[in-house]
Amino acid sequence: MANFFLDNEDILFLLKHMDVAELARIQEDDFVEGRTAQYDYAPVDAADAVDNYHRILEIIGEVSAEVIAPNAEQVDAEGNTLNEDGTVTLHPLVRENLRRLTQADMMGFTLPRKYGGLNCPNLIYTIASEIVSRADASFTNLFGLQGIAETVYAFANDEIRDEILPRFSRGEVTGAMVLTEPDAGSDLQAVRLRAWQDEQGNWFLNGVKRFITNGCGEILLTLARSEPEISDGRGLSLFISERSDKVRVRHLEHKLGIHGSPTCELVFEDTPARLIGERQRGLITYVMALMNGARVGIAAQSLGIGEAAYRLARTYAHTRQQFGKPIERLPAVAELVTDMKIDVEAARALAYETSFICDQENNNLRILEFRKDLDKEEARNRKQAARALGRINGILTPMSKYYCSEMSCRVAHNTIQVMGGSGYMRDYPAERYLRDARITTIYEGTSQLQVVAAVRGVTSGTFETYIARFESRQYDDPVLAELKQKLLDAKQQTLEAVQFAKQQGPAYVDLSGRRLVDMAITIIIGHLLLGQGVTDERKKHVARRFIQREMPVLHANREQVLSADSAAMMEYELLAGKVPTTA
Amino acid sequence: MPYDSIVCVKQVPDTANITAEAMKADGTVNRAALPAIFNPEDLNAVEAALDLRDRFGGTVTVITMGPPKAAEILRDCLGRGADRAILITDRRAAASDTLATGYILSQAIRTIGRYDVVFCGRQAIDGDTAQVGPQCAEKLEIPQITYLENLEALQGRTIRVKRNTGHGWEIVEGPLPVMITVVGTANQPRPCAAKRVTRWKKARVPAELPGEVKAAMPAASDAEVQAEVQRRTEVLQQRGLLLEQWDLDKIGADLQRCGLAGSPTKVYRVQSIVLTKEGYSEIPASEEGVRKLIQELVVDRTLG
Repeated sequence: MANFFLDNEDILFLLKHMDVAELARIQEDDFVEGRTAQYDYAPVDAADAVDNYHRILEIIGEVSAEVIAPNAEQVDAEGNTLNEDGTVTLHPLVRENLRRLTQADMMGFTLPRKYGGLNCPNLIYTIASEIVSRADASFTNLFGLQGIAETVYAFANDEIRDEILPRFSRGEVTGAMVLTEPDAGSDLQAVRLRAWQDEQGNWFLNGVKRFITNGCGEILLTLARSEPEISDGRGLSLFISERSDKVRVRHLEHKLGIHGSPTCELVFEDTPARLIGERQRGLITYVMALMNGARVGIAAQSLGIGEAAYRLARTYAHTRQQFGKPIERLPAVAELVTDMKIDVEAARALAYETSFICDQENNNLRILEFRKDLDKEEARNRKQAARALGRINGILTPMSKYYCSEMSCRVAHNTIQVMGGSGYMRDYPAERYLRDARITTIYEGTSQLQVVAAVRGVTSGTFETYIARFESRQYDDPVLAELKQKLLDAKQQTLEAVQFAKQQGPAYVDLSGRRLVDMAITIIIGHLLLGQGVTDERKKHVARRFIQREMPVLHANREQVLSADSAAMMEYELLAGKVPTTA
Repeated sequence: MPYDSIVCVKQVPDTANITAEAMKADGTVNRAALPAIFNPEDLNAVEAALDLRDRFGGTVTVITMGPPKAAEILRDCLGRGADRAILITDRRAAASDTLATGYILSQAIRTIGRYDVVFCGRQAIDGDTAQVGPQCAEKLEIPQITYLENLEALQGRTIRVKRNTGHGWEIVEGPLPVMITVVGTANQPRPCAAKRVTRWKKARVPAELPGEVKAAMPAASDAEVQAEVQRRTEVLQQRGLLLEQWDLDKIGADLQRCGLAGSPTKVYRVQSIVLTKEGYSEIPASEEGVRKLIQELVVDRTLG
């Protein structure tokens, strides 16, 4: 039987390469649930937990390959249906996918066992999302919306947790994060949907939301203005409500890609809702946390598309004969294909590292919240660790989202190039991969916004602090040692560029943001690949090729920053031309 | 109204992934060189039983006959949702042909006692005989419906089944208890459930333990091994993870009808056939080319 986990050597390698056992230990609180036999399916030690992760991924790999992937083409062609009464009927094959994943216990992936979940770390969830996305990226939106349940777990009170979370685990409900409005996209501070209270203190919602992924889901987490007198983000709170006739889907978007994922326009008409956590923290605390998780999710989704596209191109380049030989023997095609593979592995290294560090941060925060028996010193250490990890995630999460999504567009684009006319036709899934990939650089924050988020960490020293751990490593292998030296030089150049940009002022840092972030990402991925090269000969070559290929790009970025050229802003009217009077 | 099912399953060498080492010099199957898998149509039989339970309630018991290693597919069944799993293992059952196997399984089913439906896969991919299910039904003296494509209806003690005869369909009705064989197109087996898999992965039949203990403690004496086996047995039992293991005595089998003694099948001759490919022909993408191709396929009976 086909299996998208077992056939993926890179994922299998990374599971061995990363310290998953240590991750399991903190995730499972030293395996208390298994050792006390509180749950008969909880692991009793690290080896048991790691084995469970493998088995869980094996199941999702099989469902992805045997069920979700074969359904993808039809789902893409037919999409979902909006009914006259404001409800949405999911495509029957989408429902079939959901049913299978529910049978497999996959809908409470990261939730604690007491809510019926599997209590998997974020890293394993990222891998699972990637695997599902390789089968059908649009379906990853339904699988990936488990972040809603996680937000409920993190911030709602016990009453809401106990009521809602087991329903997610049992696959009875799916959720939606209801944030965007016609005039509040990237700028969520401008959200207007109104939340008001009656005399008994019950909350109700009124207004319109747009571009809501799975807005037809049963559980809606809605960002709304609870404080009409405060016009910015501090006037917003987060609410939970159930699907009812008080919230209607007015429109299903017709989209370029991800046709299996229903994108809804929602109308709230006195919709009953309950407050999550505290008032006024909706955007600044809860949605920010929700978005960070979701961004890693998009990175995973992007990886899956990249992997699928690469596989198609690799096979095609090998089997397609022109000029009496397979086209992969042509240098230009060989370079396209190797670049794709390296890009996918580079992106995966970054995304998995990000998930790994997210897990460490989340677990420290969880232990601080739930373990009342911590002595003062441990509590202090954990608080410090969580804060430091939070800063690192503050740059790694947007970097992953940005790098992986741009990678998936590039790889899907080049797959069509490798396949030529065949890739452009609907006979192959290549065009679907490109259409599906295209959204990843946009939703959950555009690439440009990710750069804005990441560049702060690059200019503030977090980047340097983070990579110090790699720079102190000694490599016995002369190739790796030499590559490390290149990365050390590259860091100097990056810091020089950062320094220069800062001297030019904040506007210039913004303008140079992408270049500075690209430089930093190259160095981080370079180090991650070097680490992989220690245990794997092929990976050493991957690291070498990646660094070889990216150094000239880094130099070019540096040169561009040092040029102090800000024509795009200073001469905008001149260079961008007049505003067209006819479209 | 709840119904109790028994499913007969088999672990088989994966004949779909043949390598050059698949056959020994004497023409018999080299089991060591082929991975052991769940016989594909038996998975359809398990799904049919689980689906029956989902719709009407009841229980699903899975039995298999084979070496201790065959417990692997019992764990798989428990992971998919089976309620009970039994391994029938006995050296005296070795070399059983379909007649002896049908007899042994029928004895095991009698030992289980109460049941409404016995499900089997249509046939196993190693022997491809499709005889064991029907023989088992004869021994149990119950009706049989082969090639289930769909369970049309089940009311009281009457079952209606759509059979796939290979060149059409038949809808037949019969009384319970009944033996049913299931074809691969009948359903898509459900995936294993993560919680069940992580629970049942630790389950063992007693016969698996000595080998595992010896592998884990290569320097241990026989007495030490025995003590460790005993300890593990008790732990498994406490946790409800010791799977049932039956031998021929337990099922009251007549030894003359089991194993080699009970197997009249004689292998007359084994031929080693090497298939060679004789190049390929190109079909022009024209009306004429396609017509010729169809004609050729009709002549060699690939079509029609």
